[in-house]
Amino acid sequence: MSQISRSAPSIPMLLAIGIPIIIALGFLPRFIGLYQTELLIYGFTFAIAALGFNLLLGYTGLLSFGHSAYFGMGAYTVAFIVRDLHVQSMELCILGGVLASLVISAIFGYVCVRHTRIFFSILALALSQVLWSLAFKFFWITGGTDGIRVPRNRITLVGGLFDFTGSGAYQRFVYSYYYYVLVIFLIAVVIMWIIVHSPFGKALQAIRDNEVRAGFVGVPVQRFRWLAFVISGTFTGLAGALWVPLNGLTTPDILYWPFSGEIVFMTVLGGFRNFAGPIIGAISFNYLKVYAVAGSQYWQLVLGSVLVVLVMLMPTGIVGTLGRIARMLRRG
Amino acid sequence: MDTLIIQTLNSIFYAAVLFLIAAGLSLIYGVMRIVNLAHGTFYALGAFVSAWAVGAVFGASSTGGLALIGQLLILPIGALAIAAVGAVIEPTLLRPLYGRPEEYILLVTFGLLMILDDVMKLVFGGTPLSAGSIMDGMGSIRIGGLLYPAYNLIVIAIGIISAVGLWAFIYRSRFGVILRATSQDRRMASALGINVGRIYVQAFAIGCFMAGLGGAVVVPAQAAVLGMGVDALILAFVVIVIGGLGSLEGALVGALIVSFVRTAGIQFFPEIELAVLYLIAAVVLLIRPTGLFGRA
Repeated sequence: MSQISRSAPSIPMLLAIGIPIIIALGFLPRFIGLYQTELLIYGFTFAIAALGFNLLLGYTGLLSFGHSAYFGMGAYTVAFIVRDLHVQSMELCILGGVLASLVISAIFGYVCVRHTRIFFSILALALSQVLWSLAFKFFWITGGTDGIRVPRNRITLVGGLFDFTGSGAYQRFVYSYYYYVLVIFLIAVVIMWIIVHSPFGKALQAIRDNEVRAGFVGVPVQRFRWLAFVISGTFTGLAGALWVPLNGLTTPDILYWPFSGEIVFMTVLGGFRNFAGPIIGAISFNYLKVYAVAGSQYWQLVLGSVLVVLVMLMPTGIVGTLGRIARMLRRG
Repeated sequence: MDTLIIQTLNSIFYAAVLFLIAAGLSLIYGVMRIVNLAHGTFYALGAFVSAWAVGAVFGASSTGGLALIGQLLILPIGALAIAAVGAVIEPTLLRPLYGRPEEYILLVTFGLLMILDDVMKLVFGGTPLSAGSIMDGMGSIRIGGLLYPAYNLIVIAIGIISAVGLWAFIYRSRFGVILRATSQDRRMASALGINVGRIYVQAFAIGCFMAGLGGAVVVPAQAAVLGMGVDALILAFVVIVIGGLGSLEGALVGALIVSFVRTAGIQFFPEIELAVLYLIAAVVLLIRPTGLFGRA
């Protein structure tokens, strides 16, 4: 049995751990400066993507190698809304991005969940590459490899309360966007927590562990897989929508399949048999990648080696390994 | 009419290269149930090694019949080098993971892809490498009113020879029988005294050899560039999904379908040329999950 079903911490215990972390995160930007704050925002957006991805891998037992599609769908939709509809409100942009990724993951998911195991992975990958090739080829709509710029000064937060024009706009953007993304991230975490601990979430884990038995006790296996896929894709789409204004640009790279691989990497780095794993994994992966890229032009070599060593020696990821060490210390 | 013949030849040339890559990928999946995400990178590595070897031995400006033959003989070094790489990787990185869920092997091969991508950059530099002197040295032949490079016909011949050779190897040789037995029931094969570990290394090395050969034969016609592996892998996936995972005939038919659709696509619907290929793969996977030639 996995750790997920064994230990569901009680609500007071969660609050006791969660509230100090949230308070600490609230004060953090005062101490770490502009650049580190920006890195942390990237980490939060990827964490939302990985959290969504893990509903499929960790809880339903389906490895999607095509989640770049939903991240990219969220990102490109926001870019289209800003560029073509001249909408400034970030909330409307997010709504659009989430709806678009919901629709596309509902369609792709409907096709993909007819298969499991490696067939599922390849099908998800093939479909995601349809979107990539369209973004790549229809350059008069998508800008091709140049992508679409999403200028910061064209966006306002919380219904126009915050705008980012004039002097010091960049600083103001980073600090207010930090809290903006943090709040959405926390909401996403709570929603995902509720989903995986609901009867629906338990049913998904039953499907993962033994789909035949799950079917026998009356779980509609295929429909639940589809629902999990849609939720998963929508979370990843939300992440893409939040990522775009921060990055200022969206390119086909985020639709290309190696980016799907990065989402898988994040989740495995943190540990996919664990609720917090993808969150820790995504934030760590972001730091790892940024510093590997800054430190060496051979950053792929660094990341690839980390992945290989991780899979060979620490298959339960950071969170799983820390948990094991904690248990060993407690016992001995 | 001439254009049609040339486009057909181009498609077959392209199919020959794609078949070499996809057959290796399919063989490895068929015997070991491993989806090797680094397979396209092996193809790229083969191209780099061959181009480098040809350039290192003959320099950029050697001409004449003897030099040309020498260059052609050196070209397969890329394939042999990749086979050796495969023979090292399987026992060290993949074998420890056979007992674990298949996701882990997929991830290790993804890590391998990233590592090898940068190793190529480190060793061969970021600039494209080509063995174009072979292509130039062989000249061209006249088809109707148009000229066609003679080297492309050699690639087509290599593709056909490889297909026949691989078929004979798998279906007509003693090793092929053992290979098929291992792929159908690993435990039973092991109980009958077959050294499964050795078969796995050999199968993986042969699969890698095919990818390296694909790279080696393509490099006189197209320069080896960084990133060519990632693109090639997805097309090879499309090929084996259409043809059937683990099927040799499937790889052949799939390669032909993909290259003819692609050639037609570039001619008539360039914007959705790639999207159509991925959609065909998705539709085949939906209607016949085991592909056109695959068995469940």
